[in-house]
Amino acid sequence: MTSKKIRPGRLLKAPESFLDPQFIAEVKQHGFDETRRAFLRKSFLAASAALTAAPLGEALAAPAQGDPDILNLPPWTTTLGKPVASRPYGSPAKYEMNLVRRESPGLASVSQASVAFTPLQGMFGIITASGLHYERHHQGWEEIDPSRHRLMINGLVKRPRVYTMDDLMRLPSVSRIHFLECGANSAMEWGNVAVPTVQYTHGMLSGSEFTGVLLSTLLEDAGFDRKRGQYLLAEGADGSSMTRTLPMERVLDDCLVAYGMNGEMLRPENGYPLRLVAPGIQGVSWVKWLRRLEVGDKPWNAKDETSQYADLMPDGMQRQYATIQEAKSVITSPSGGQKLIDKGFYNVTGLAWTGRGKVKRVDVSFDGGINWHAARLEQPVLPKALTRFNIDWVWNGAPAILQSRVIDDTGFVQPTYTQLREVRGTRSVYHNNAIQSWKVAESGEVSNVQV
Amino acid sequence: MRLPIVFGCFAAAVTLTAQADYAGVGRDATPAEVAAWDIDVRPDFLGLPPGSGSVEDGEELWIEKCSSCHGDFGDANHVFPPLIGNTTTEDIETGHVASLKKGGAVRTTIAKVSTVSTLWDFINRAMPWNAPKSLSTDQVYAILAYLLNLAEIVPNDYVLSNENIAEVQQRMPNRNGMTRDHGMWTIDGKPDTHNTACMKNCKKEATILSSLPDYARGANGDLSKQNREYGPVRGVPTPEPGAAAPAAAATDDKTPGPPTAILAANGCTGCHGMDQKVVGPAFSHVAEKYHGQADIVSRLSGRIRNGGSGSWGSIPMPPQPQLTDAEIQTIVEWLAAGAKH
Ligand code: HEC
Ligand code: HEC
Repeated sequence: MTSKKIRPGRLLKAPESFLDPQFIAEVKQHGFDETRRAFLRKSFLAASAALTAAPLGEALAAPAQGDPDILNLPPWTTTLGKPVASRPYGSPAKYEMNLVRRESPGLASVSQASVAFTPLQGMFGIITASGLHYERHHQGWEEIDPSRHRLMINGLVKRPRVYTMDDLMRLPSVSRIHFLECGANSAMEWGNVAVPTVQYTHGMLSGSEFTGVLLSTLLEDAGFDRKRGQYLLAEGADGSSMTRTLPMERVLDDCLVAYGMNGEMLRPENGYPLRLVAPGIQGVSWVKWLRRLEVGDKPWNAKDETSQYADLMPDGMQRQYATIQEAKSVITSPSGGQKLIDKGFYNVTGLAWTGRGKVKRVDVSFDGGINWHAARLEQPVLPKALTRFNIDWVWNGAPAILQSRVIDDTGFVQPTYTQLREVRGTRSVYHNNAIQSWKVAESGEVSNVQV
Repeated sequence: MRLPIVFGCFAAAVTLTAQADYAGVGRDATPAEVAAWDIDVRPDFLGLPPGSGSVEDGEELWIEKCSSCHGDFGDANHVFPPLIGNTTTEDIETGHVASLKKGGAVRTTIAKVSTVSTLWDFINRAMPWNAPKSLSTDQVYAILAYLLNLAEIVPNDYVLSNENIAEVQQRMPNRNGMTRDHGMWTIDGKPDTHNTACMKNCKKEATILSSLPDYARGANGDLSKQNREYGPVRGVPTPEPGAAAPAAAATDDKTPGPPTAILAANGCTGCHGMDQKVVGPAFSHVAEKYHGQADIVSRLSGRIRNGGSGSWGSIPMPPQPQLTDAEIQTIVEWLAAGAKH
């Protein structure tokens, strides 16, 4: 049924005599205008939904010669288009409204301390559209007046400093492409399969180009204590005033305070006007609405370093400061909750990333991990950034299990669920980087499984 | 944490040119500015302001400011996993919470947190959730004393202060329950797992360990509406559990859906659940209570605009002057039609 409906652009056999003679007469008389075309489309869909294989309908004279969307010029080919700047900011086509950020029901009971996941199942390349960047807040999001925003640096520094946005945007600026993944991405899947699609299994993930000032620039300006200052605390300006401890070694390497994201200012949900960018490190440390940095000689044990974002190990100990996001990959299409429209050729596509450096290789299996094939890595392959992979596949209609497995430039190979659970059990909540499996049924329907 | 400011303005200006030469960019923070923002408290109590508060005062404050979300005994589960519970006197002795190892029990905050400074710091910076930073220093001590008393860490007549908080640390049930022994803090740390990149005949067969139960297929909504309607794949239609056939619902049902955007943008959902009381009543309960009443529209419009208390309890609903009349009308029409969601 739906498999017929879902193949636009193909020459479909018309179900027999679903058009009444009067309609055919009208078409002959008035031509195949928009009213009649719309009617035809509707009844054709209805009819093809009701019938399966049917012989060529004599009634459908025009489609028999080819695709009506070719034979009959569509309105966009025969009308004047809209003027410039009719949508001064711009927005996606109205046909794209299915791909939006979504909450997962039951995960949180209040939407200000919740997650909205990125629709990875329909996205391309390595940059996440800013409007689809996932959201995770603990106490709601704010829209801060940038002219009243301040960044303070204090603690083990010669001179505690204050910067306005005017100041920060005058300083030497860098632009870097990096991935951002919540430490709790894939958390629901630790024990067993729990959610249907890649939006919910992996959608606390994004890739963006960030523009801002290196933290090393600011810390030097404040004259920080290089010897004793082994830790940095970052703190937000929102109600939660989220705090996280960062290792100074990481901070001086490549962390920045960013105001820009993908060519424009950060979106409010992502920390406008200023956030921390901590490449390779879990998302919770990328403090949003950043107001303060403090240099210290010991970690802080903040709420989100003890009660939350600590990984419970099988021996009952909680692992603190598991900071680096290890190598992980996932096939984004075809993926759970999708259905292949037909047998034949497909471009299987997905994302790979590692907090320790660059992606070296991605392998894909179509038989649940028995045999593997190296995928094509799209350029650019950047450190601590999403890497897009693609691989050709001809689906012969038989059941299959699709998996991807990343290898990073340290030689680390993404683990299976069994390997990961052997060390970390199933109650860790955070840092699930196991190989994801998608089962393809004979019907073409894809579902989430663990192998 | 605070450091004495050793440089005056003049000295700072000299250092600036000598050091980085970002002339005219940024300035030194004043001591008052640093004091206003530097609120963090470390495990060694660096940054903890002097003050005190009793269990008794804490109980009163808790009922007034915290219990609506966290329950009278810190045990409520509806806004967040409970704060208190699942620790024992034995845990207080050992500093290891046995229920974490054993599993099966809800992981409460007091079971997980290893340092009492964490609780002081967090309550002071972020709670109450809908009015962060509204507590005085002594109120934070008092509320924390009450929570510690609920967990049987301090006795009923305890007065917690900056003087004795270090003793309390020695009784935190999970004080020895944290480890930093792992390879995920440094970039070149040792990983836990050691998979190999085998390419051919890596195993005999692929065994499925877990798959999505049928009842969960629609739990995240209709997946056909979460994918493009063209391209190599389509979303699988998955009616939500209990939902009527989609076609019938679409044609017959004119009941308005929830004005989600307005409710979210104005913080209503912070205090009202769809089916759950949070601070205020669940929207479905409001709809039920006034169902069919002639003055429902005028009554609720007025209440949303002006706030007030007494219909559901003593906690007041704050006034909402920012809402437009049209927004209020949308909300009230939705409530009057049964608050369908
Ligand atoms: C309006 C509802 C609400 C009120 C009132 C409230 N809280 Fe909370 N509380 C929350 C939510 C929601 C969270 C989770 C926040 C997050 O995700 O970071 C939370 C988290 C907490 C936590 C940390 C829990 C953990 O394990 O991470 C503590 C401690 C806490 N609250 C104490 C208090 C105290 C003390 C008060 C009263 C002064 C209070 N809360 C008032 C909603 C509330
Ligand atoms: C800070 C918490 C809070 C916020 C924010 C809040 N409410 Fe309320 N609301 C309450 C409380 C508490 C009550 C119960 C008052 C009472 O007992 O009369 C209430 C009651 C109500 C009622 C029922 C009134 C009645 O007469 O029975 C409606 C309707 C309502 N709120 C709608 C809203 C809407 C719409 C918003 C957002 C624009 C909102 N509330 C925001 C706390 C809140």
